[in-house]
Amino acid sequence: MIPAPPIELRALLPSLIVVATACLVLLLDLWPTRGKGHLATVSLAGLVGALLSAIALWGTRVRGFRDMVVLDDYALFFHLVIGYAAALIVLLSVDYLARTGAESGEYYALLLFATSGMFLLASAGDLIAVFLALELMSLSLYVLAGLFKLRLTAGEASMKYFLLGVFASAFLLYGIALLYGATGTTNVDRLASAAASAPGDPLIMLGLAMLMVGFGFKISSVPFHMWAPDVYQGAPTSVTALIATGSKAAVFAALIRFVVSALRPAQTDWTALLWALAVATMTVGNVVALAQSNLKRMLAYSSVAHVGYMLVGLVAGGPSGAGAVMFYLLAYAFTTVGTFGVITLLERAGDEAVQVRDYAGLARRHPLLAFTLALFLLSLVGIPPLAGFVAKFYLFGAAVKAGFIWLAVIAVLNSVVAAYYYLRVIVMMYMQEPDADSAALAPSFAGGLALAIALLGIVLLGVAPGPFADLALAAVAPLLR
Amino acid sequence: VSIGLLTAVTFLPAAGALALAFLPRRAPGVLRGGALLVTLATFALSLPLYARFDATSAEYQFEEYAVWVPGLGAGYHVGIDGISLLLVLLTTFLTPIALASAWHAIEDRVKEFVVTVLVLETGMVGVFVSLDLFLFYVFWEAMLIPMYLIIGVWGGGNRIYAAVKFVLYTMVGSVLMLVAILALYYQHGLAVGTFTFDLPTVARWIIPAGPAQTLMFLAFALAFAIKVPLFPLHTWLPDAHVEAPTAGSVILAGVLLKMGTYGFLRFCLPLFPDASLALAPWIFALAVIGIVYGAWVSTVQPDLKKLVAYSSVSHLGFVMLGIFTLNTPGLVGGVIQMINHGLSTGALFLLVGMIYERRHTRLIADFGGLWAVVPAFSAVFLVVTLSSVGLPGLNGFVGEFLVLVGAFRVNPWLAAVATTGIIFAAVYLLWMYQRVAFGPVTHEANRALRDLTPREWALVAPLLLFIVWIGVYPAPFTRPAEATVEALILQVQSKAGVSVSSVPDAVARAR
Repeated sequence: MIPAPPIELRALLPSLIVVATACLVLLLDLWPTRGKGHLATVSLAGLVGALLSAIALWGTRVRGFRDMVVLDDYALFFHLVIGYAAALIVLLSVDYLARTGAESGEYYALLLFATSGMFLLASAGDLIAVFLALELMSLSLYVLAGLFKLRLTAGEASMKYFLLGVFASAFLLYGIALLYGATGTTNVDRLASAAASAPGDPLIMLGLAMLMVGFGFKISSVPFHMWAPDVYQGAPTSVTALIATGSKAAVFAALIRFVVSALRPAQTDWTALLWALAVATMTVGNVVALAQSNLKRMLAYSSVAHVGYMLVGLVAGGPSGAGAVMFYLLAYAFTTVGTFGVITLLERAGDEAVQVRDYAGLARRHPLLAFTLALFLLSLVGIPPLAGFVAKFYLFGAAVKAGFIWLAVIAVLNSVVAAYYYLRVIVMMYMQEPDADSAALAPSFAGGLALAIALLGIVLLGVAPGPFADLALAAVAPLLR
Repeated sequence: VSIGLLTAVTFLPAAGALALAFLPRRAPGVLRGGALLVTLATFALSLPLYARFDATSAEYQFEEYAVWVPGLGAGYHVGIDGISLLLVLLTTFLTPIALASAWHAIEDRVKEFVVTVLVLETGMVGVFVSLDLFLFYVFWEAMLIPMYLIIGVWGGGNRIYAAVKFVLYTMVGSVLMLVAILALYYQHGLAVGTFTFDLPTVARWIIPAGPAQTLMFLAFALAFAIKVPLFPLHTWLPDAHVEAPTAGSVILAGVLLKMGTYGFLRFCLPLFPDASLALAPWIFALAVIGIVYGAWVSTVQPDLKKLVAYSSVSHLGFVMLGIFTLNTPGLVGGVIQMINHGLSTGALFLLVGMIYERRHTRLIADFGGLWAVVPAFSAVFLVVTLSSVGLPGLNGFVGEFLVLVGAFRVNPWLAAVATTGIIFAAVYLLWMYQRVAFGPVTHEANRALRDLTPREWALVAPLLLFIVWIGVYPAPFTRPAEATVEALILQVQSKAGVSVSSVPDAVARAR
């Protein structure tokens, strides 16, 4: 008789809170009311609850469901990153949805389901759990991407995201199957020891390669980045922010856990591949971003470039490399949510202002908003004393430490290329005269609060990075046991 | 924790900027006045630095230290020696003048302008007082953005091109320096056992000579050489200067270019002595080419501002030449020449700005016979021009003379070629002056020009004071630098060991 697996609900606590909130939102949505603002409040409360539970659980290491779920500091760090991003996005969504007429209960429910998937992905200790969490997250995001049902671009975004997404999932699943066939396990830790005892097993290699392809799709690394610009452009801006920050952080969580634990025995074989992937990803992302006139597409390619920088941290490896990637994700989450948050506030002739040209003279029309966006963009460039600079500093420092000087050189030169297209937006805002039909909306209290938190985040991370970097380093520790 | 004097000088402008940000933009007069008050207060606050500075000591003074990012070994470490003392004072002295020069010239978005200038001042002073590589880099990069905005928002017709070119040029150099800083950090950490960005600590370690040191030197040198700018990395400078508003040009020429030469003094020489000595001949060559080339190109410029911009390439060539002679007269001359260039070229840009405000043209051909119309302006212009030429009795002479003495000890031919730069300076500057001030009044529009107003007198008078003072009695300005320079030479010699012989017994004679 098969004994029932021990049920350790604590390992799922943050995810459970979010899922419960999502169900509550679905129920409350049936209640006929005028607006949907109360659903946002409930969602926010759920996310804050999940964040608090994650903080309360800090320092513990709970394994549950036969090591399917491992809630350690590493997972909790990502819970915090994802939770913050999701909470800020909820705050930003209130006005944005009301204005675009896309207000619906499903939006908040799906957002919460996606978040719970991200949480699970961060704490998945087994490839099956990875797959399930990834699907929970992705399916919710596919629907969210097509939220603007009447827009052609939304349909394209949703369809493209779905088709390429399931394609990637298939790769991932096949990789898992191959690894299971070769080693008889899907548990990450046991896989690592099995891989170490059979070095160079072609089946394992093939399985790992398939897995990397799947992850590559999800983080939009070159050459699997094709979906990103269309999805970023077509999806509602708040959803774009979630795809850019939360889902990226979650997949990186699984990827780092996998690379650091399972690939460590075969590290040398993978370094060269990751090196090439990093260089290709950041270079293609930056160079193509130069040519974009649509701000959301530009940010899509730039996010590809940022993935390239983060892969530099994976190449560097070790606790400092992984810690640097985690710090980068934290900084990137604040900066990117803020950037997209400002975009949600700008309109042109009643539609979203997404052309770079639409930002002409913003500094004259709305100085505070322009200044806020400028700071977020400068953080993306990596200008001190903002979060983006310190994040890059840790990342490239890890690369130099591990001896990858030339990789660091390529990366910093890439960041100069990036400076050009980010500064172009600042040029538009500060150095061009405004067009007549562009309008900037004053943020509501919720939106303003979200922007203020994000702004505070990038300044705090830039001026006093010590505690946060230490937190990231402490969070890596459980991986290296 | 009490706030030290250096911290106060560094962050007072930023604090002022923060306060002004909350004032309403409808009161430009209050904003201008407030900003001027802040910069004057900063200058006043910086004077005790000179008064209480111990010129006999080469140690860092007014040091402050606080742990900043313990995990990295980065600290908030500031302090000044004789070289940075002069540059800090130059910065706090020029900023109020630059700000006041924009009193009428900048009417658009005054609030943003004064806030930007104040933030820029904090960045500039921060660069000169940082004794921690991480802190230094933060100031070095952060300062880029205000300057970018000053050129790009308040500049001339082609301002966006100039601003973007300025930022990208500078960034390429500085990001490579970042990699070198990281490489140095880990090399030092692995060799010594403590990972730190603290400059004095890292400078105590002797980096093994070899390709690693050469590469790190090159990365640092590239960042600094772009800023100086050393030929052939100077092409951003004419664009930036021509497009920048007068206030921007004054700060750019007066202070920003000095960051490059300061970087060579503070980082390249003491950290990478072997590479510095080995590559000195190359630097000499580029410096001398810059001196002569800058002068030649200046000669043919039809635009006053462009002429002054190219003359900076020539003058900064002297500074670079002086620094790499690595003997006392050369180095002291280089340091004084940095100050002189800040004063003279700053004054030239101010005067060009004043005449531009009246005539809305900077073309030399549009002037002529100004002496008859605006005698006071022309007289001041003459003094400043002669100071830039290097006339004995004015400040320019002191620096260039010392540099040439230093260069002669290294290689007489070097000095000979560099001397032609002074002759060419006389050619392009005096010829320019002749076409602007002498002869008949060729344009009717020039007859109605107004002479210097009291406000403009107030701007140029302090500059004139120092131009004459340094020219007649330079000791108060050279004295603080001397001990520092001697110590620097000693440090380079002792760290480079035997390889010092590559600078043929010049150092020995210099002492």
